Order: sequence, then structure tokens, then C-alpha cells
Amino acid sequence: MTDTPNVLQATGITKHFPGVLANDNVSFDLRKGEVHALLGENGAGKTTLMNILYGLYKPDAGDVKVNGQPMELNSTKDAISHGIGMVHQHFMLIPVFSVTENIMLGSETDHRARGAGPIPPLDRLERKTVAANVRELSHKYGLDVNPEAIVGDLPVGVQQRVEIVKALYRKASILILDEPTAVLTPQEAEDLTRIMHELTKQGVSIIFITHKLKEVLSIADRITVMRGGKVVGTTTPAETSEHQLAAMMVGREVILTVEKEAAKPREEILQVEDYVVHDRRGLEAVRSVSFNVREGEILGIAGVQGNGQTELVEALTGLLPAQSGRVLLSGKDLTNHTPRALTETGLAHIPEDRQRHGLVLSYTVVDNMVLCDYYHAPYSKRGVLQPQVLEANAVKLIEEFDVRTPSPYNPVGKLSGGNQQKVIVARELSRPVKLLIANQPTRGLDVGSIEYIHKEIIAMRDRGVAVLVISAELDEIMALSDRIAVMYRGQIVTTVDAGKVTREQLGLWMAGAQPETV
Amino acid sequence: MTKRFGFIAIIIVILIGSVVLVGHEQVPPIVIIASMIATTIAVATPLTLGALSGVFCERSGVVNIGIEGMMLAGAFFGWLASIYMNTIFGFSATPSILVGVLAALVGGGLFALLLAVLAITFKTDQIIAGTVINILAIGITGFLNRQLFFEKGSVFGGQVPHAPGVLPPLQLPITELFQRWCGANTGTCFTLGQSLNKIVDQKPIAISAIALVFISSYVLFNTRWGLRTRSVGEHPRAADTVGINVYFMRYANVIIGGLFAGLAGAYLTLESVPSFEPLMTNGRGFIALAAMIFGNWTPIGAWAAALLFGSAQALQINLQFFRELIPPNLAFLQQSYVVGLAPYILTMIVMTGVVGKTTPPAADGQPYVK
Repeated sequence: MTDTPNVLQATGITKHFPGVLANDNVSFDLRKGEVHALLGENGAGKTTLMNILYGLYKPDAGDVKVNGQPMELNSTKDAISHGIGMVHQHFMLIPVFSVTENIMLGSETDHRARGAGPIPPLDRLERKTVAANVRELSHKYGLDVNPEAIVGDLPVGVQQRVEIVKALYRKASILILDEPTAVLTPQEAEDLTRIMHELTKQGVSIIFITHKLKEVLSIADRITVMRGGKVVGTTTPAETSEHQLAAMMVGREVILTVEKEAAKPREEILQVEDYVVHDRRGLEAVRSVSFNVREGEILGIAGVQGNGQTELVEALTGLLPAQSGRVLLSGKDLTNHTPRALTETGLAHIPEDRQRHGLVLSYTVVDNMVLCDYYHAPYSKRGVLQPQVLEANAVKLIEEFDVRTPSPYNPVGKLSGGNQQKVIVARELSRPVKLLIANQPTRGLDVGSIEYIHKEIIAMRDRGVAVLVISAELDEIMALSDRIAVMYRGQIVTTVDAGKVTREQLGLWMAGAQPETV
Repeated sequence: MTKRFGFIAIIIVILIGSVVLVGHEQVPPIVIIASMIATTIAVATPLTLGALSGVFCERSGVVNIGIEGMMLAGAFFGWLASIYMNTIFGFSATPSILVGVLAALVGGGLFALLLAVLAITFKTDQIIAGTVINILAIGITGFLNRQLFFEKGSVFGGQVPHAPGVLPPLQLPITELFQRWCGANTGTCFTLGQSLNKIVDQKPIAISAIALVFISSYVLFNTRWGLRTRSVGEHPRAADTVGINVYFMRYANVIIGGLFAGLAGAYLTLESVPSFEPLMTNGRGFIALAAMIFGNWTPIGAWAAALLFGSAQALQINLQFFRELIPPNLAFLQQSYVVGLAPYILTMIVMTGVVGKTTPPAADGQPYVK
């Protein structure tokens, strides 16, 4: 293994941003045909390092060698010409363009023989030729993409393949994948693993950025862990374990399994009866669902994404109308009431998409902390906001929920994902609530933040709040829930006690197996 | 889009039909139809060019509500240059007008450059930047017009100068061809020839505008330039990551847009009428903007919408000839300003979205921060 040559060698990379030392004397190397995982929490400096390797940022110090040659990195063009390709976490694809157009953009004439002289900008695009090349490439690496499809119509997993083909089309031999599995369903993630193996077999070297421990152990050949802008160490999956990696990432022992006592459920807070919800296209997404959640317990809803969970939560929180059925909150009928009526009755909601439904990104932390109750005392007096009260409230919550922000008046959009989620959690959990609905509460978050949010949710339960958790991560459902309901095609297949079920059994139900009737 | 083109065709047929209905007793329908089509094409010219100006700016991600101002600047500077060439430097009419057209392009281009600097480099709100262009153009052209031509002691001594005239029509020998072909100076065959001649016999800028519609469409959708232009208007960061210079593409397209608007201005003072008046664009830049939106940011769609608005204006012009024939119960239509509202009313109806929704480029109006 050690005698394989380094295709990429970064030495002593340092990068300052105003107020932050994002990379501090970082060294990193990549061998031919390996998957080298770069592991670290949000803000550890992984993405900064990759953006430097891809020519998007210029380092303050340090140098990069590709195949032993020093590389001058002034723009992405330089990186591309050195065979470095990057698949960004947020895809760099144009939704209204076809796959072919996306792939050829910026390299429109690469398929032609060189030395024909400069090509005028008004030369006709040769879409057919490029499409044929794309088809050939995708066949070679086992990436199934249709060159004529419009990118916006494709599922996320396929879009990611388009990104990979785009890099390969530019003759990339070094591929940087930035958090590639964050947006994928479990099946798509498995597909990606297969693709990565195929790529490395054909000589492509891969840098794999992630904060998911399980993935790293199953996919990577080597693992480098970063923390606070520095490299903590490099290891291999054989020499390490999940616990050890987590400790390296966070800098202290992390409890991966949530510790909780047995639930002491009391009376029913949320009752849902024969609930039917249509999605925005008018299709029946939730088909006559009934369940209840009691004070002091956590009901987890498991299911593969797209089985009606999103619509169920949106209807329960007043964002989408229910077609029929009833919702009772503390015995009060609140079917199809406004979000404000629900909030005032004691509903707290951690939405699935924190940036679209949870926060006003351009507002400050101070303002986001009071989105639910800015209009009444003490935050408002006679319709006028009270800035001192708002600030005091934010300062208190920032302290209490450990939100890392340069100032209470920082726009929330500038915070990391984990800190954005903490702002929502702080806002929702600091109010007097009876019911908490948490939809994908830890999606895209790092280990430290996940641990924190899980602890908060359990603390809420122990204080007697009824909690409904929806998650696509089976581990999360298993860790938090007292009872688990499985949703499949808009219906609740079964509800079981969390202690009496195995992962495998849940997986089968999620895939549509019928529970045997006792 | 099909629904939209259908809507446009139906409205144009209705408008032409109504003129035929009023005037068919005096003039043969075919002549009225030809006259309506010819006027429509002519008056749609500044709208078409203005809309193309918008298409290039907005496809690259810069909202351009300054078309009106760029057009006005083109109209004034084109006119000014042609008079200077003719009166002060003593050139004959045609070269003077041609230099005028060039000056109009430069005028529109410079105002576009200002928009580009404000919107792209300084990341000013693009609606405000466009408004600045409009107000500045009104101010500068109005001020210079007064100072140069109407102040005592000015270059032209306080006298309205003699303009070198307007661009001539192409004068294709279609009538003659038909005359020889039909072997007569009367009859249906000859009238047909005359009518066709009337439609085709446009002036150079009107003809170029139509050519530019198709050239623009080809450039935007079939060339490298077009692909890159659209990419920076849809997702500039994605374009940046594949090595496209977002700022350059936006600058270049905004300036191209300025040239189109300048040419639209040249149409007003160097092809339509040989004079300049303050505020003479009279909202055409904004109607052009509406045409661009109704045409869903495509050159051909924008042209169709420009023809729609043009036909409403042609209605006003052609109805004037038949004022006395308008039935008494519709007497209010005899006032030309009532009919003159037609393009504006049509614009409002179209913009309410009753004929389907349009989608602007995703990054339209968003400054790019690297």
C-alpha cells in the first residue's frame, strides 16, 4: 500500500478568514486509486481545504503538488487542467439545462482535436457528439445517466452521478466528493459506494469528505481527521473504531448511544384520527392515519423518505390542509388550524428543512429567536418591538443552548448548519410546550451536535412533553423512541414498543412487508 | 409557449379584422390588411429591439428596467451625431445618418456600461440601478437638447437645426415584378403585388430587427456564448466552478443589450421621424420589458409579443384614416387617444398572467459574490 505513489500532496496549508483560522498548517496526501476520507465536524476546515485544492481559495501559506509537480492554484481552471474534479455538496448543476449541456458547459469544445486554433465563441454547439461521449463515459464507469434528460427532473442520486460524469469528462483522475451522502437516500448511498469502488478500480483517486462515521469505516482506505482547522491524525478503518473516530473529531469522549431512562407516559396529548392529507400535486400522501402521543413519551415514525411523513408533519403543524380526519391537542380540536393557533396551544416544531421552514436566513439570531412569539409581551408592547428584551432573550438562549455565533446580531444564514439547528431548538424548546414535533432533527449535523440535540429531546420528554420524532435514519429512531410507528405508502403499518423490535424487522416493515397479525 | 403564440395570433387577427370591418367600404380589405401588417412590423421595431436588449441582460442575470433610458440615449445621441455630421461637418444625408446610427449604438452601450458597473461591480439593487439609468437619460438628453439647440449662443444659435432626414426604405421592386407578371396595372393580381410590396417594403432597422431576432435565438440556444450566458443567469456559482468568468459574461451581455436598446433609439429619430423630442420613447422601453417577459425570455417569443403590442399601436394609426366610418354608437373610438390606450391595456392584461406563467432565469437580479 505504502509504495503506491502520491497523486496529490498538500503541505503546510494555512488559510485565514476574517476572525477565523480555517486551515492551520494542514498536510494531506492522496495515493493512486485509494479512497481517502477526510473526517471532521462542521467548521473543522475540511471544505476550506478542498476549496483550496480546487482553486476556489488561495492559501496564505503552503504548497500543493500533483503527481510530484508543484501546482499553481489561481482558479478552478488550473485545478481542472491538473485533473482535479470536485462534486460539491450543493450540486453545481443548472436545473433547466440538459445533462449534456451541464457536462459540456465551460468545456464546450473539449471533444475536438487540439491544435485546430482558437474556436470562436459563436461556433455551433455539438450536442450530439458530446452526448455520445457522455454515454460512453457513463457506460465505462457504470454510471447510468441519460444525456438528454433535463437535470431538474432527475432525482438527487442521479444528479450526483451527472456531477461525477462532469468531472470525468474533464479528465479528472482525482475526485473530491464533498459530503456526498448527506442528500442521498440509503439506497442511493449504496449505489454511490458501488460507483466509488468502480472508479478506484479504474485508477481514479477519491477524497471523500464526510462526518458520518459508519460510512467512513465501510468505504475508506485511509481516514484523516480534522478538528478546529488542524489535522488530528490519519488512520485506517482496520486500526480504529467509531468511538475512537468520534473522540478524535470532537476532541472528547462522545456518547454515540443516547442514555435514557424508561419513559413514564401519562395522558394523551396528541390524538390523530383517520387523518387524510393530499400533497401539493393533489395526490393522497397520508391515507387515513390514526395514532396518539402521550405526555412523557417519544413516538418515532420510521419510514423510507417519501412515504407521507413530510405531508403528515406539514398537516399537523398547519402548513398543509388535511382533507379529512381530526387532530386533538390536549383534547382541543385543532384540525386545520393556523400555525399560530397551534403554536399558542403548545406545539413546538423542528422542521425538516431548517433553511426553508425553520429560519429567516437573512434575519439576525435575535429576530429568529422570537419568530413564534414576537407579537406579545414581553417582546412587544402595544405593537412595538422591545429591542432590549429581544436581545436579552437571545443572549440567554445563545448561552443556554451553546449556539456558536460571533454576535447575536449575526444573520442566521451565516451560521453553520449545526448552529442554525440549535437556534431552532432553542426557540422551540424554550417556550412552554406540550407537544414537540421534530422532523429529521439531526439531518446533516455532526456528531457533537447530534449528541446535543438528542439530549435536549430526551430532556423535553422527561419534563413531560409529548414528542413525535420523524427520521429517515433508523439509528436515530431506535435511539430516541419509546414506541415506533412504521409508515409505508401513506399508512402506518404497525406500532411497536421500541424495546421489542430489531433493526432488521423495522427495515422489512419499511420496505413494505406486512406485520403478521397476532 | 404554444398557448401564448395562439393568444397573440388571435388578438392580432381580431385587431386587423376590426379595422377591416370599419373601412372595407372605402378600401379593399386586402389593402387594409397589408397596411395593418406593414405598420405593425414597423412600430414593433423599437419594442422588438428593446425586448432583445432585455433578453440578453436578463439571461445573463442582470435585470434591466433601464431599457427605456438606453433607448432614449440612443435616440438623442444618434440624432445629435447625424446633425453634427450634416450641418457642422458638411457630410451628405446618408453617411450622416449612418454615423448617427453608430452614435446611437455607442450611446445605448455607454448607458448599459453604467448599469453593468452599478449592478455587477457595485452590486447595487438592480431595480434602482435601472431607475437611475432612466432618470439620468431623461435628464441628460433633455438638458443637452435645450443647451445645444435652444439656448442663445449655442452651436446652432437657438434655431432648431435641419435634420438630414431618415433612413430610406429598401425599395424592393416587388410591385414592378407583379406588374410584369400580371401584365396589368389593375385587378386582383396587381393589388396583391402592391399589398405584398407594402408589407415587405420596410426600412433597414426594421428589417435588421427581424434578422436580429433569429440571430439572437441561434446565439442564445446553439452557441458556446449562449450556453455560457444562460449559465451565469441561472446558476453563476456553477458556471464559476467550471472556469467561466461570471463578471465578464455579465458585462458583455449587458453591453450587448445596450447596443440593442441604442438601435431601438436610432429607429425613433433616424428611421421613423427626423426629429428628437424629450421623453419621446414614451414608455416603449417598459412595453419592451413586458414583451420580453411575455415572450418568456426568448427572442422569438419576445418578438411575437412585440408584434402583439405593435398591432395595438397599428390599430390606432390605421383607424385614423377611417374616423368618419366608425359607427355612431362607438363614437368614443373616434378619439385617437382612446384607441391609443390599447397597447398599454393589452400590456396590463398580458402581465396579469392570464395566459400562463413564465419563468425568469433563476439568478435574474441577483448580484454574484465570488
